Amino acid sequence: MTEAIQSPAAAPIRALDVEAIRADFAILTRVVRGGKPLVYLDNAASSQKPKRVIDALSDYYSRYNANVHRGIHTLSEEATDEYEKARRKIQAFINAGHSEELIFVRNTTEAINLVAYSYGDRLREGDEILLSEMEHHSNLVPWQLLADRKGAKLRFLPLLDDGTIEMAALPGLLNERTKVVAVSHMSNVVGTINPVKEIARQAHAAGAVVLLDAAQSVPHLPVDVQELECDFLAFSGHKMLGPMGIGVLWGRRELLESMPPFLAGGNMIMKVELEHATYNELPDKFEAGTPDAGGAIALGVAVDYLSEIGMENVRLHERDLTDYALEVLMDEPDVALYGPKSADNRGGVIAFNLGDIHPHDLGTLLDREGVAIRAGHHCCQPLMRRLGQAATARASFYVYNTRAEVDQLVSALGSARAVFG
Amino acid sequence: MSFQFDDELYRDIILDHYRNPRNKGDLDPADVVVSANNPLCGDEVTITARLSEDGDTVKELHFSGRGCSISQASASMMAEEVEGKPMPEALKLINRFKEMMLAEGEPEGLGDLEALQGVKKYPVRIKCAVLPWNSLLQGLTERAGESTGPEAHSHTVGDMA
Repeated sequence: MTEAIQSPAAAPIRALDVEAIRADFAILTRVVRGGKPLVYLDNAASSQKPKRVIDALSDYYSRYNANVHRGIHTLSEEATDEYEKARRKIQAFINAGHSEELIFVRNTTEAINLVAYSYGDRLREGDEILLSEMEHHSNLVPWQLLADRKGAKLRFLPLLDDGTIEMAALPGLLNERTKVVAVSHMSNVVGTINPVKEIARQAHAAGAVVLLDAAQSVPHLPVDVQELECDFLAFSGHKMLGPMGIGVLWGRRELLESMPPFLAGGNMIMKVELEHATYNELPDKFEAGTPDAGGAIALGVAVDYLSEIGMENVRLHERDLTDYALEVLMDEPDVALYGPKSADNRGGVIAFNLGDIHPHDLGTLLDREGVAIRAGHHCCQPLMRRLGQAATARASFYVYNTRAEVDQLVSALGSARAVFG
Repeated sequence: MSFQFDDELYRDIILDHYRNPRNKGDLDPADVVVSANNPLCGDEVTITARLSEDGDTVKELHFSGRGCSISQASASMMAEEVEGKPMPEALKLINRFKEMMLAEGEPEGLGDLEALQGVKKYPVRIKCAVLPWNSLLQGLTERAGESTGPEAHSHTVGDMA
């Protein structure tokens, strides 16, 4: 139980051996649409999984599948040990102070809903919740529901034309009624990396708690919750080489301890009588019912994989790809780009349009060349309106992508032009 | 451009309707107004129609909105094909079109509309092609008083199948 878990900061700075990484992802060798090699540029939606992660799932179900925290037999002990070990790996990965501050959930959406319901229970009429105009629907709609329930008011940090938050507006939006500030750490559309530490500093000075939607940042940037000084951090496993169906909420222990349960049922209780119950300690208080133990364990293996590469190196690799993609796409006169102009404050997410071709048509045409991108509103309809677009295409990168794949994207744009020319 | 083969999905007739949409713009006043959106991509379409005084014929049919080439061309072709048809024929055509898009097999006698069959190889795009037709079907059936729900005439048409 006490074995040392290596900090992700320990990996030396070095260029990624992308060919060796690609060899771990069998899916990257497949062909689509009648023989086109797959160029997977839809990582902001979901990443691929290395063999080790897939093997970890298989290993769990083949060797020690059992319910956790319940059994008195060998399999249950092993499953519980591995499940809790995964929690400690993820604790180290985001440098959380205590492992019981990590709650396993299904995904970022569930993590945010947990906070909106449970922490949100203390809000009163007239209280304010501050979001930004770039939020994913999952960091918007739960707060709309909370505001409706409580008579609270939503306020929004405006965006500048380059897709960054207008920080000068922040002081005027914070006041003694502001109870929660919930913003994305990194945009899933325009890739903006927000100055969340400064937002947290000002929010705390106003007496608010800060939740970061870290669905895009934890997979791609070094994230240290103590350094960021946030209060809650939500992220998903499937965007960071882990399986679907497992995600994490991190919260400060004293806050989580002060919050009522979200889901109720087995495991989250200490003692139950017919009329009432007392609740379990953290993290069990927030983990009602049988968890996705195999998913959590495999996410732990994904975190090992990323830690061995080193998150600084992941970031450097994606900076290179992002700057390269921005450079070559800017050379295409009919390509419109949205978001920051350099990778200094931008992760590997490129929203773009090609001439007046609808992004859905563009997505289909690129797919026919083997290039997988996302097209649509990216679950960010208010941001789309702010950009003046109904929809955009979006290419997003990860550790296994290469400059050559960016070139293939650019070349596939030619095929789209040929149809709509 | 000097040469273009007829693409299996983006057939010339589809691109023609996309570039030169027929009956685009809202009829006002109109007997039938239906708006729908595809939550997947944010595409929006509004169908407006004027009926004959006895309500038996779709005299005029227009569409507006924004969307991909498939949804826009499908709406344009629908406006052209359904306009002027007696109600039973209009409903029959809508159902035959949906059948073509959602079921197996080769349709016959759908004329230009058969060009949209290429979409079936791209399942996620079928919704784009069917969206305006579902909206029209909903509008005409509500108008005919066959609808059971008291819903307003503006809402999301989600899953089509």
